[in-house]
Amino acid sequence: MSTTLQPPSPGIEAKANYLNADYGWKSWLFTTDHKRIALLYLFSITTFFFIGGAFAVLMRIHLLSPEGMFDNDTYNKLFTMHGIIMVFFFLVPSIPATLGNFLIPMMIGSRDLAFPRINLLSWYIYIFGGIFTLMAVVRGGVDTGWTFYAPFSSTYSNTHVILAAVGVFVSGFSSILTGLNFIVTIHKMRCPGMTWSRLPLFVWAHYATALIQVLGTPVIAITLVLLGLERILHAGIFDPTLGGDPILFQHLFWFYSHPAVYIMILPGMAVMSELVACYSRKRIFGYGFVAFSSLGIAVLSFLVWGHHLFVSGQSMYASMVFSFMSMAVAVPSAIKVFNWTATMYRGSISWDTPMLYAFGFIGLFTMGGLTGLFLATMAIDVHVTDTYFVIAHFHYVMVGGMVMAYMGGLHFWFPKITGRLYPEGWAKFAALVIFVGFNLTFFPQFILGYLGMPRRYATYPEEFHLLNVMSTAGASILGVGYVIPMIYLAWAWRNGPLSPQNPWKAKGLEWEQSPTPPPTFNFDTPPIVTEPAYNYSGEVEEEAHG
Amino acid sequence: MAENETVLATHSPGLQHHFDDSAQQLEASTLGMWMFLVTELMFFGGMFASYTIYRNMYPDAFASTSQFMNVTIGAINTGVLICSSFTMVLAVRSIQLGRKNATIAFLTLTLVLGCVFLVLKYVEYHEKWVDHHIPGPGFEYADLRYGRQVQILFYLYFAMTGMHALHMIVGAGLIVTLIVMTARNRFSAEWNTPVEMVGLYWHFVDVVWIFLFPLLYLIGHTS
Repeated sequence: MSTTLQPPSPGIEAKANYLNADYGWKSWLFTTDHKRIALLYLFSITTFFFIGGAFAVLMRIHLLSPEGMFDNDTYNKLFTMHGIIMVFFFLVPSIPATLGNFLIPMMIGSRDLAFPRINLLSWYIYIFGGIFTLMAVVRGGVDTGWTFYAPFSSTYSNTHVILAAVGVFVSGFSSILTGLNFIVTIHKMRCPGMTWSRLPLFVWAHYATALIQVLGTPVIAITLVLLGLERILHAGIFDPTLGGDPILFQHLFWFYSHPAVYIMILPGMAVMSELVACYSRKRIFGYGFVAFSSLGIAVLSFLVWGHHLFVSGQSMYASMVFSFMSMAVAVPSAIKVFNWTATMYRGSISWDTPMLYAFGFIGLFTMGGLTGLFLATMAIDVHVTDTYFVIAHFHYVMVGGMVMAYMGGLHFWFPKITGRLYPEGWAKFAALVIFVGFNLTFFPQFILGYLGMPRRYATYPEEFHLLNVMSTAGASILGVGYVIPMIYLAWAWRNGPLSPQNPWKAKGLEWEQSPTPPPTFNFDTPPIVTEPAYNYSGEVEEEAHG
Repeated sequence: MAENETVLATHSPGLQHHFDDSAQQLEASTLGMWMFLVTELMFFGGMFASYTIYRNMYPDAFASTSQFMNVTIGAINTGVLICSSFTMVLAVRSIQLGRKNATIAFLTLTLVLGCVFLVLKYVEYHEKWVDHHIPGPGFEYADLRYGRQVQILFYLYFAMTGMHALHMIVGAGLIVTLIVMTARNRFSAEWNTPVEMVGLYWHFVDVVWIFLFPLLYLIGHTS
């Protein structure tokens, strides 16, 4: 944060913008400017990303030898803390709270989100929840897995389950408030001419994300309350020795947590639509399909949670329905992938860093998505349930998809946020390192899982040694790949060459009608929209889109 | 009206800098409040879903608890809350007409009714304590066949009514704030969004109780 608090060297950035408006710490901690709150989120989320990443590194070091480096209890805590921090404190808030927070008001031509103070409150709630979770880490960790399955979590675990659950409970409200703010903002704050059919797809996807946040997160909140009460009172509704039903916990948990994976991936798709259109210099193919596939994903996401319970004792008929619905949710995701590819077709593609990440996203997300169909098929799922196949599948979606999009988005809007350009050579190099490291880490895990190595086991038989060593080697490369951008982006924030207003010649209000970096109220003159989104070919008339 | 417009153009206490006009701000606040109530619905929904499942699993055990529920207090409390919703509506109406004193009076009445509800709720909780109906190691139940199953109902009873009472306490705090703000002339016929929003919240909390009362108190009285 020190980089942003320093006054710039004299003569540069003479124009007033949101960064140089004020330098005092109060102007950051009490700001209601959505752009500054986005930066607060950016720094805190990056911190949590590296904490969660450190746990992953320790896990991979542990798995270097078949007997394991640390003792088994420690390993249980490592994967639990990795999961909790990455899911609830990095993936869920990542793109919405940073890029979404920064860009949505600018993309729709508004001066701020509808509720700026609630926006700031959401950051404080997030930090508060994070402190609880970190306290659980410092005091010895949690060993339940990020899923908190009862009755282990409510009755048998001897670790700090309550602290971690309170942390997740609290941070959930930060997510709810962000989603609520986005929905109201997108409905009520659009500038003249910004009709629903002209909204950037970034905004559409965030709208769908916000719907899931608002509808799903309260359910995990009350589930964790019931779990915590059961643990404290030794009386409750999930532990079978108390007459309860542990499957109910799984149903309630996944009712949020499956839609939550779409909270994580939809914003990645949001970024993708912007990147692909800009670097192909083409209007996005099938605007309406991409927009409504976001809503389709949001709706279907609430109807698939049962595929986590295929082997938990759920009724076979329920499983068949959930299996079918899980296949169905792949359709809108596939529509997006096909439309991005069709956008590139005969486009004039440039190979800038954000586009490299976009290419990475398409390939890796497709692999993650297709292996998801394997898992939605009941017979195959019985074979690979709770194996590394599942781990590889969702890391291809979450890290290969979501984190790729996040990195691409950070690079794409870095000039907008900081007013400076990043070093292109280093950025391309890092993107390549991340791609190679990622695949080396997670592709062997598909094979491991198929061969039957279960997840969450601290030891494994000798024949899995080679693949585990490959995976650990990949994780080291991946780790380096994430540290490089940290360094050059921090450097470029202070020392990069100044950026013109629209370095990528991109479309959209945030580039075309707002100065770089933007002033506190985003626009010098009230913006007005006169053309459809992504009008790269310069068409005057609004074309029909289906 | 002209005078009002100049006030808006300079700095109305209600209008925030990022809105174009008061109408847009009111629409945003109203939509935001409704969205918040949707999240509340999902929050309580988790408990209602659990209730539905266990009542289907253990119908007889659940029905047998009705004899230990204080239906009289429950019914009185239902009446109290319906009346408080009515006085809340009157308070919102009064401030829309700019009647400051009537607003304060109706808000106070709502607050009093809310407190009556909470006091009666406390009496009921105390009864449960005396009867050893608090879930946990000290739990006892007359009908030994149903011990563990009934404990789930009481667990849900305390979770649901407790969460509801928590919402009532928050609502009471909001009403106190509104009374102070009204007394300081912060609201007028032109701008009274917070009163309306708290009104929506208060009605929502009442509606939750309307569902809780029959589900928790009257299940044994149907057959």
